[in-house]
Amino acid sequence: MRYLKPATRHIAKGALALLLSSTALQFAVTNSAIGAMKNSVTLGMSLEPPHLDPTAGAAAAIDEVVYANVFEGLTRIDRNGVVKPALAESWSVSDGGKAYTFKLRTGVKFHDGTVFDADDVKFSLDRARGEKSTNAQKRLFKAITSVDVVDAATVKITLSSPAGNFLFNMGWGDAIIVGSESAENNKTTPVGTGPFKFSKWTKGLSIVLAKNDGYWGEQKVLDKAEFRIIPDAAAAVAALLAGDVDGFANFPSPEAIPQFQADPRFTVMVGSTEGETILSTNNKKKPFDDVRVRRAIAHAIDRKAIIDGAMFGLGTPIGTHFAPHHPAYVDNVNKYPHDIAKSKALLAEAGFPDGFKATIKLPPPTYARRGGEIVAASLREVGIDLEIIPVEWGQWLEQVFKGEVKDYDLTIVSHTEPQDIAIYANPGYYFQYDSKAFQDVMEKLNATVDTEGRYALMRQAQNIISEDAVNGYLFQLAKAGVWNAKLEGLWENSPVQANDLTEVHWKE
Amino acid sequence: MLYYLIRRSVSLLLTLALSTIVIFMVMEIVPGDPALIILGIGATDETIAALRQQMGLDLPLLTRYFQWVSGVLVGDLGTSYTYSVPVSELIAERSIVSLPLAIIALTLSTLIAIPTGILAASKRGQVTDTGIMGLTQLGIAIPNFWFAMLMVYIFAVILQWVPAGGFPGWDQGILAALKSLILPAIALALPQAAILSRVTRSALLEALGEDYIRTARAKGLTRSMVLWRHALRNAMIPVLTIMGLQFAFLLAGTIIIENVFYLPGLGRLIFQAITQRDLIVVESTVVLLVASVILINFLVDITYAWVDPRLQSERG
Repeated sequence: MRYLKPATRHIAKGALALLLSSTALQFAVTNSAIGAMKNSVTLGMSLEPPHLDPTAGAAAAIDEVVYANVFEGLTRIDRNGVVKPALAESWSVSDGGKAYTFKLRTGVKFHDGTVFDADDVKFSLDRARGEKSTNAQKRLFKAITSVDVVDAATVKITLSSPAGNFLFNMGWGDAIIVGSESAENNKTTPVGTGPFKFSKWTKGLSIVLAKNDGYWGEQKVLDKAEFRIIPDAAAAVAALLAGDVDGFANFPSPEAIPQFQADPRFTVMVGSTEGETILSTNNKKKPFDDVRVRRAIAHAIDRKAIIDGAMFGLGTPIGTHFAPHHPAYVDNVNKYPHDIAKSKALLAEAGFPDGFKATIKLPPPTYARRGGEIVAASLREVGIDLEIIPVEWGQWLEQVFKGEVKDYDLTIVSHTEPQDIAIYANPGYYFQYDSKAFQDVMEKLNATVDTEGRYALMRQAQNIISEDAVNGYLFQLAKAGVWNAKLEGLWENSPVQANDLTEVHWKE
Repeated sequence: MLYYLIRRSVSLLLTLALSTIVIFMVMEIVPGDPALIILGIGATDETIAALRQQMGLDLPLLTRYFQWVSGVLVGDLGTSYTYSVPVSELIAERSIVSLPLAIIALTLSTLIAIPTGILAASKRGQVTDTGIMGLTQLGIAIPNFWFAMLMVYIFAVILQWVPAGGFPGWDQGILAALKSLILPAIALALPQAAILSRVTRSALLEALGEDYIRTARAKGLTRSMVLWRHALRNAMIPVLTIMGLQFAFLLAGTIIIENVFYLPGLGRLIFQAITQRDLIVVESTVVLLVASVILINFLVDITYAWVDPRLQSERG
């Protein structure tokens, strides 16, 4: 069935093009009439959040609904990836970067009417780092040794060692501030301080948010926002064309993008994400423990073929594990240019003149399944014969990612956590990369607070992993948004996985 | 009749008991830790352990099986790992979509299939018969999701008579709800109707070839009187069998159609629960479906007995 689908889509699209030309005018008229009147938005999303509590799960879909809309943290990440004040009005850093004093906003209320104050901050952070915590990013809070309420509007957080990323970390969805009275039920009825309050969730279909009239901020927001869950890519195209949804912040099928680009009724915005898509390599397993083999693979990879073939041209090639839109990014794309001869030479040098056999485990996302086939074809050219093993997420997590023995050779996955290069400092991480030089740089980075100093260290770190060719660096996942041309204010990039609706509005 | 009912009921219960074991074991064998899936790749080991404990996944297999089965017996289907709401609530929410959809589709399919099947049989070998059989071939051959997409483009995108998908809920009025269900119901009904129509035709033709038909004809009954009075009733057994199977399929086997129309039905609930390893949702929902399939078959069996009294006295 899966294999038939793309072909069917083309046939359907052909039929559509014929019929559409005659009815486009009629459609445009009805559509604009709706657009002018309404003060609500319906956005499609392909994955349904399992629940709506960002402090209790890793699913990106949770944040895509509630981050900045329903819940707020001390700080927040804005559309450019910059840390901005949120529930904390201002802050000061003392004790050599080991103490943060946050001045909180006053007059803020949770959606259930309870007042937000310093106790809620202490409650939320202690809950997230506590023994029974089921916070998916508990490590964000690892450095905290104590959270002290100075007065109702002041909180002092003490760290065990300076953490240069602390303010950014407090802006993650996992670090949002919850009310002590409502926290238990946030999974099903989220109660936050944001400009939207939770209204209704029809499981499997849609989540509705309504304007929070008592919001502390000054933004004029929509009256209503609905997220509609549409898992099938062809159905997503139809829903957009039929006007059932106003847009997709993350459009699930790159192959349909040109169709919308050519259609004046829609805006197509191709931006960047924090998703480094990489050919993860088991650095402890033979023969991948040999840097020459890893470099040979790096030379064999054809990034352009992968981006064009798997993503229909959407995606920026990368040469290291860092987002290209970040100011500290180092462009190492040409460090290992696509060069079959060089790759073969390196393999011969490593003792594999005739190549070898290995496996590649591919999780379900399109980038992995399609990208994996192209990678396998490229590697076959230099004699590396890859057996493709498709796996489900559950299997991937258990076999590749967790467990004492990392049961894989190669895999493809997009690492979507923002600024996550520090994972290379953990030898137990599934790459099994163990470099003293890299770990030292990370340690220094943790202790550095000034921006320029941090950037210099980030660059150094990027160069080390490029030099060691730890993984095959493929491309930065693009965020392709498609929405009604009259809709404005959605994010172009996703520095964090969110659909911040605070600036979304309809153009006159 | 009573003996027949008791015998049937016992085998029904045994099948059900056996199915709980199979369902539970299969879900436990499939690799994938629900806690890991919920917490993702950034989680620490202690967090995962804490969540496993919270979900009761650290308990021994047998304990969990008996906890689950004893819960199911008293109507407690457990709480979803991912959604954190009672499974019975999830099933109820989905059933108000899936059940009407299955009923509408089955009704449509029956309304199309039986008359066309009878017509084809009565005009055997003629143009009508060939025409109907040709159409049913097409109905079976065309993938229903493709046909569904075609209907979406015509009726939702271009004509804008119905939404492209989704389900507004019954509280938005019966008309709005039916509008959302009509295309998926047609997409589901057509292939089923094609099969059912062919079964009706061949069952009827077989019945028409029996000795008692010849006798009836010899008595002076007209062709159509023979068909309606004698052949049709005898042809109903295979037709009912197929209808029973089709209804079971329509309840949860509609995942592809539910995807095309993004309907929040039972098929998608199970599919999503499997990928997220929401074991308890899969186990409870599947057991409920197995129960309903067994029940439908039971009803079909009873109907057989009613249609064909010989079955009542059959022993062994």
